[in-house]
Amino acid sequence: MKKKNEKILEIEELTVSFGMYRKGFQKSDLEVIHSLSLDVEEGEILAVVGSSGSGKSILAGAALHLLPGNARTGGQIRYRGKPLDDRACKRCLGREIAFIPQSVDYLDPLMRVGKQVSGVYGTKERQRELFRQYQLPEETERKYPFQLSGGMARRVLISGAVMGDPKLIIADEPTPGLNVEMAMETLNHFRKLADGGAAVLLITHDIDLAFHVADRIAVFYAGTVVETAPTEDFRKGREALRHPYSKAFIDALPQNGFRPLPGTQPYAGELPKGCLFADRCAQRGQECEGQIPMRELRGGKVRCIHAT
Amino acid sequence: MTRTKYLLGEAVRMALLLAAVSVAAFVLITKAPIDPLVSYIGTNSTLSQEAKDEISEYWGLDDPLPQRFVTWAGHALQGDLGESITYKKPVLSIIRERFSYSFGLMLTAWTLSGILGFLVGTACGIFQGSPFDRAVKVFCLGVKSAPTFWLGLLILTVFAVQLGWFPIGMAAPVGKLASEVTLGDRLYHLALPAFTLTIVSMSEVVLYTRQKLSEIMSSDFILYARARGESRGQIIVRHALRNIALPAVTVQFASFSELFGGMALAENVFSYPGIGTATTAAAMNGDVPLLLGLALCSAVFVFAGNLIANLLYGVFDPRIREGSGHA
Repeated sequence: MKKKNEKILEIEELTVSFGMYRKGFQKSDLEVIHSLSLDVEEGEILAVVGSSGSGKSILAGAALHLLPGNARTGGQIRYRGKPLDDRACKRCLGREIAFIPQSVDYLDPLMRVGKQVSGVYGTKERQRELFRQYQLPEETERKYPFQLSGGMARRVLISGAVMGDPKLIIADEPTPGLNVEMAMETLNHFRKLADGGAAVLLITHDIDLAFHVADRIAVFYAGTVVETAPTEDFRKGREALRHPYSKAFIDALPQNGFRPLPGTQPYAGELPKGCLFADRCAQRGQECEGQIPMRELRGGKVRCIHAT
Repeated sequence: MTRTKYLLGEAVRMALLLAAVSVAAFVLITKAPIDPLVSYIGTNSTLSQEAKDEISEYWGLDDPLPQRFVTWAGHALQGDLGESITYKKPVLSIIRERFSYSFGLMLTAWTLSGILGFLVGTACGIFQGSPFDRAVKVFCLGVKSAPTFWLGLLILTVFAVQLGWFPIGMAAPVGKLASEVTLGDRLYHLALPAFTLTIVSMSEVVLYTRQKLSEIMSSDFILYARARGESRGQIIVRHALRNIALPAVTVQFASFSELFGGMALAENVFSYPGIGTATTAAAMNGDVPLLLGLALCSAVFVFAGNLIANLLYGVFDPRIREGSGHA
């Protein structure tokens, strides 16, 4: 009998909007994330998959309170059952909660790598131990970020993340620019961290890689999650999936016939009412113009009233 | 190896620059309505025409331009820049003497403006949008737009004339023997011109540092540092200062030309006996040898500033220092 895993991160009805000036001095809010819900348990990797430029990175920024000053967030974000507010972030970031950025550009170009990996809470001993564990040569700690190769930089960033024995790891597009072996190696590191009890939120556009390591996959479309399902369902193919966008997503993969879905994702400022996918959906009807809640279905969750 | 090559290249550039500056200055001065003979003997001279022609011939004033230049350059290469008509002394010794005054003035202003400008600019960058930041910004833009001589006159009027805190001009008290002038006297007379020059050069550093800091604070690596749990203070000390110090120092060295120009104006307002006043005097008196010497001197000075700025990048920026060996 498997004991029930603790939910590490729960996001409910998250909205993020940016105040910006349009048409001269008229200030308006541009909502980029809409009623997004997801959760990650301990020992689990949840991959958030969506096409590039759909606002996935903002999700990570919102969860960790790293968005710029003109951003406004609504909804609830809970870490181990308690609201993840500014104070909680201050207490946990860099220790219990780790963020793994996209690239080496997120390291200070003028500070030696070792010192950056240690950060403000870590120690030199732990940093050396981690470098050995991730097979980074000892002299790496004396290097500057520009001297690292893509694969090394990736391992350096992971070392930085696990410095403080994190319970939650949020990784934002950790694989672009890496070849397949290195990307797999990176994801295997995440798998090990999850197996060690951490919850991993993996944000990526590469669904193939997500298939390999994730336990569950959340499909991101136009600023919200339209379906969350076990990875197993994605491997089985379109019939096992729930949302029409997920099905189309699967169909568009090279191994499944490369059939693209006509149309493009709606721009954040010009969203349709009701279902965000409606204008590209074959099943749409009058009823799709109302509020579409996220609902449980066959062991996953979906935001579609027609899904069966 | 690469370093020697670089220095060699810089030396060649320096030589070329000096050659170009000499030619340009020489041509400009010979084409200017200055008659060296008149400058030398004065307009009310009673010398006969024959005597004048004889001097002209002796000086080679009727020779073609290239030949005159070669004569001057030949002497200059041997360290002989001629004799100043205004001061009746060798040009080189005048430059040496005047430069010691100007150097003190520029060094004081340069150091103060660098340190104060960096501190104030950093504070502005940290508290961007605060009343302090806005006040400083308005002040700096005002100073930058105002002509230096006008600012100098303003400071002179307020602090020397109205308040009477500082002397009106010169480098030492009037009527005191040179041997009796103390270091205190010197500093007392240096204060106002140095203050003016500091204010003028500082605004550039403040605005630059402020802008650079806000740029850095919105960069990705600061975001990552925040995600690693670093506090605002830690981020500023560990990352922001490290990343603005280098460009700020280089900008400060590269600003030697503005410093030199500001110095010349400030010296004239405060009648401070440095290079700036010597230049004005040389121009007013048609003192060709001194003008040429000063042109070379200022070229060397500005070039040195830029060279130091370039070298410092190589020393302090790891991307350049260690970049060639790896990658």
